[in-house]
Amino acid sequence: MARAVNTSRKSLNTAIAATLGLIMFFPVLWILILSFKSEIDAVRSPWQVLTAGWTMESYGAVQERSDYFKHFMNSVTISLGSTFLGLLIAIPAAWAMAFVPAKRTKDVLMWMLSTKMLPPVGVLVPIYLIFRNLGILDTRSGLVIVLMLMNLPIIIWMLYTYFREIPGEILEAARMDGASLREEVLYVLTPMAIPGMASTVLLNIILSWNEAFWTLNLTAAQAAPLTAFIASYSSPEGLFYAKLSAASIMAIAPILIMGWFSQKQLVRGLTFGAVK
Amino acid sequence: MATKASRAAARLMIAPSVILLLGWMIVPLSMTLYFSFLRYNLIMPGDNPFVGWENYYWFVTDPSFKAAMVNTLLLVGGVLFITVVGGTLFALLLDQPMWGQGIIRIMVISPFFVMPTVSGLVWKNMFMNPVNGIFGHLAKGMGFEPIDFFSEIPLLSIIGIVSWQWLPFATLILLTALQSLDSEQLEASEMDGASWISRFWFIMLPHLARAITVVVLIQTIFLLSIFAEILVTTNGGPGTATTNLTYLIYVSSLLQFDVGMGSAGGVIAIILANIVAIFLMRMIGKNLDA
Amino acid sequence: MNLKSALCAVSALVSVTATAAMAEELTIATVNNADMIIMQKLSPKWEEATGNTLNWVVLEENVLRQRVTTDIATKGGSFDVITIGAYEAPIWGAQDWLVALDDLGDDYDYEDIFEPVRNGLSANGKLYAVPFYAESSFTFYRTDLFEAAGIEKPTEQITYDQFGEIVAKVHDPDNGIYGTCQRGKAGWGENMAFVGPMVNAFGGRWFDEEWNPTIDSPEWHNAINYYVDLMNNYGPPGASSNGHNENRALFADGKCATWVDATSAAGYIFNPNESTVADKTDFFQAPKQETSNGTGWFWAWALGIPTSSTKVDVAKDFVAWATSKEYIELVGESEGWVAAPPGTRTSTYENEAYLEAAPFAKTVETSILAADPSNPTRDPVPYTGIQFVAIPEFQGIGNYVGQQVSAALAGQQSVDQALANSQQFAVREMTKAGYIK
Repeated sequence: MARAVNTSRKSLNTAIAATLGLIMFFPVLWILILSFKSEIDAVRSPWQVLTAGWTMESYGAVQERSDYFKHFMNSVTISLGSTFLGLLIAIPAAWAMAFVPAKRTKDVLMWMLSTKMLPPVGVLVPIYLIFRNLGILDTRSGLVIVLMLMNLPIIIWMLYTYFREIPGEILEAARMDGASLREEVLYVLTPMAIPGMASTVLLNIILSWNEAFWTLNLTAAQAAPLTAFIASYSSPEGLFYAKLSAASIMAIAPILIMGWFSQKQLVRGLTFGAVK
Repeated sequence: MATKASRAAARLMIAPSVILLLGWMIVPLSMTLYFSFLRYNLIMPGDNPFVGWENYYWFVTDPSFKAAMVNTLLLVGGVLFITVVGGTLFALLLDQPMWGQGIIRIMVISPFFVMPTVSGLVWKNMFMNPVNGIFGHLAKGMGFEPIDFFSEIPLLSIIGIVSWQWLPFATLILLTALQSLDSEQLEASEMDGASWISRFWFIMLPHLARAITVVVLIQTIFLLSIFAEILVTTNGGPGTATTNLTYLIYVSSLLQFDVGMGSAGGVIAIILANIVAIFLMRMIGKNLDA
Repeated sequence: MNLKSALCAVSALVSVTATAAMAEELTIATVNNADMIIMQKLSPKWEEATGNTLNWVVLEENVLRQRVTTDIATKGGSFDVITIGAYEAPIWGAQDWLVALDDLGDDYDYEDIFEPVRNGLSANGKLYAVPFYAESSFTFYRTDLFEAAGIEKPTEQITYDQFGEIVAKVHDPDNGIYGTCQRGKAGWGENMAFVGPMVNAFGGRWFDEEWNPTIDSPEWHNAINYYVDLMNNYGPPGASSNGHNENRALFADGKCATWVDATSAAGYIFNPNESTVADKTDFFQAPKQETSNGTGWFWAWALGIPTSSTKVDVAKDFVAWATSKEYIELVGESEGWVAAPPGTRTSTYENEAYLEAAPFAKTVETSILAADPSNPTRDPVPYTGIQFVAIPEFQGIGNYVGQQVSAALAGQQSVDQALANSQQFAVREMTKAGYIK
């Protein structure tokens, strides 16, 4: 940046941004604090909460009630599975749309997006019946399929916008060199689209991890992910703030940490073609 | 420029996605459409006779229907407004030079990673509960009567919670767009003596237009089907103050188990969503091509 | 399904030929109530004894009801044991969705289960769910606050008018004590569980003999006006989002002077580990007004087995264990007798250890035995059920009326408006369902 930045301006910026950042982050921070307090302390006034002693008992109580690790593994399997299955199906489609545009390409893309507007609550019963008949109720593969279909339009659209930014000449050159279509996709396109793909993958893992309707309604005990784990805390039994906080932290921590570590990649690619 | 062969190959490559999505759309949709003409209540087994448009009649004349339409619009509109305006301001701020930008950015985007169910529960209990919530404690500490969020300003509370979740998303996209802005252009205008406001209005905002459309489009898709936040906080109440279309369909199909009427509601919601979609697509299509 | 059932058929054959029964995995859906969580905690004892394993699906009440109903109505077969209430059991039993549970063996001692509880869970003379715990409602109050205000414990059933006077005297919001805490969160099993019996007391009813809704009657107006005034004047802030659990927490935390709610909450309120008011709480009958019919509700949480389960025999073994006398004793010994599941068996109420630990025992027993779902109102009605109407359509109507009453309580609309909307909705639903021609 060519401009000399004066320090007081920079401090002011930092102060304002840090305050706002802290406000946005405060709810997460607060449940983190509450999760290490006893139930009695957790309902006191904020300053009393802060000065009260620390304890791990809520985590123990939550773990005793439902096995965290099992739900966690289900969440991981389902969100990774649906994302990569989606990627597998979406890459060719996005490639074709980006490099061999037809008159209807844009319409097809928009139609795909519009399938996301189907309200899940309206189609639960049909889907439930189909799942029952296929025998995939309460299975991870069933959820992988549903979440993949839920997010496929987003994946295709994101990939499409990245692919479009790749200059066609490079592909032409590769083709001249005798690269087959498969090689072209695999060795030329994919490496160039890696940043875009990374953020697509990340966004879809987040969306699948947090999906709470299908994951709750199509599972029972075997395939239930963390969204179901948290569902048993949605109404209080006596004093429950500390336990609710602990369960919440356990449910969001993995994705939060992943998000923090990968935020650069996520930010870089999260443009949906908005940046030229 | 594309050859016939490559066009055929392209079709082949798009085919799996289209077929899958078509299946995902058509199978449940046709079942929903079919159910919507039957008298079909899960908890009253027996034959499900064909009843014509009856379910549509009952759904549309449901006293909650009008409220649900209005609430859906307010919810989507309110959240879009807050996130776009707030997101732009956040993006402008974060684009400024400062220390610890990484950390601050992490804090700002964190809400986006929080499950909707968790954020609903946390806001409802730890913050907005008038007796034990943190806002209640603060109000009492300062000598005010605590606000009872979910009975005094229910819809506004939901809009607040949802905005908290989506503000980071808007901020991120707008920030990325802002960072791609040519800084020389800005500096030149600064030298010309353009005020900050006019720089924002004439240079930044037009540049952000595409990003804003993207934010609006993506968020609308998700906001139209907001459900978990309402379910865990207000259950659509008090009365119908926070019932949106999705929640109304949930009430008929999964609380009253009236699959027929729920399906009719689903069909109506799909039609409405597609109208919104077409409208948005026009808007964004134009903006994206430019 | 086909592969699954084929496998099951094979495994059934195997277990016939091989005499040792195969270890099975049961999936059990339950509600996140304190008593159910104790059951989950103690269930390893059953697992060890039988070699089977249990997979728990613990959900909040509304989610559970929706989840279980979807599964059982579509014959999804996801669950082997489900937790249901006194509302569902007879309706679902009559539809052959539940396995009849009349053959759990002589040890099970059916005669020991309170008769009203058994009747409430039966349809066509068959028992379709076995009671885990049962409850009526009564008034909890704080002895210390009553004493300070110079109020004697009522010895006979008081009226809601008298109740209002008492509440006014003990209301002390400046010290964080609210005169009364009652349910306000919308739902047929939430606010309507309190409002329903109160409407009964005011002489109201849901339907007349011809199934015409009577929700806009003067009796309903009196009752709901009374309720809204009472809660606005003497209730805690945010009352319209408080359900049973929220109020229980408030009462246990010492924030409420009175509370009309489930007798089953007594075990919690009187448990010093859970409640700060264990030694200063007492109770009296739920108030009456025009009539004393249907003023205390009747409810039971029970375990049932869907006919779509493929492991009925093992499931039966589990439900028999979890609702047996032995189980109640197990809870009494390991969790303290005050926490024993109440309201189901005569033997519990003859147990000295329980009577000693639970000062509320006799009152609970009397309330449950006195609750008469077949005669719930002043005027004749075509239905049974005190705080609910035992027809499938009630769920929708009850929820809607609950929403409207909750909105009136929150001040979003007037009581007149709420009742007019409710009446209109109920007429629609009953017309739709063919009750009103």
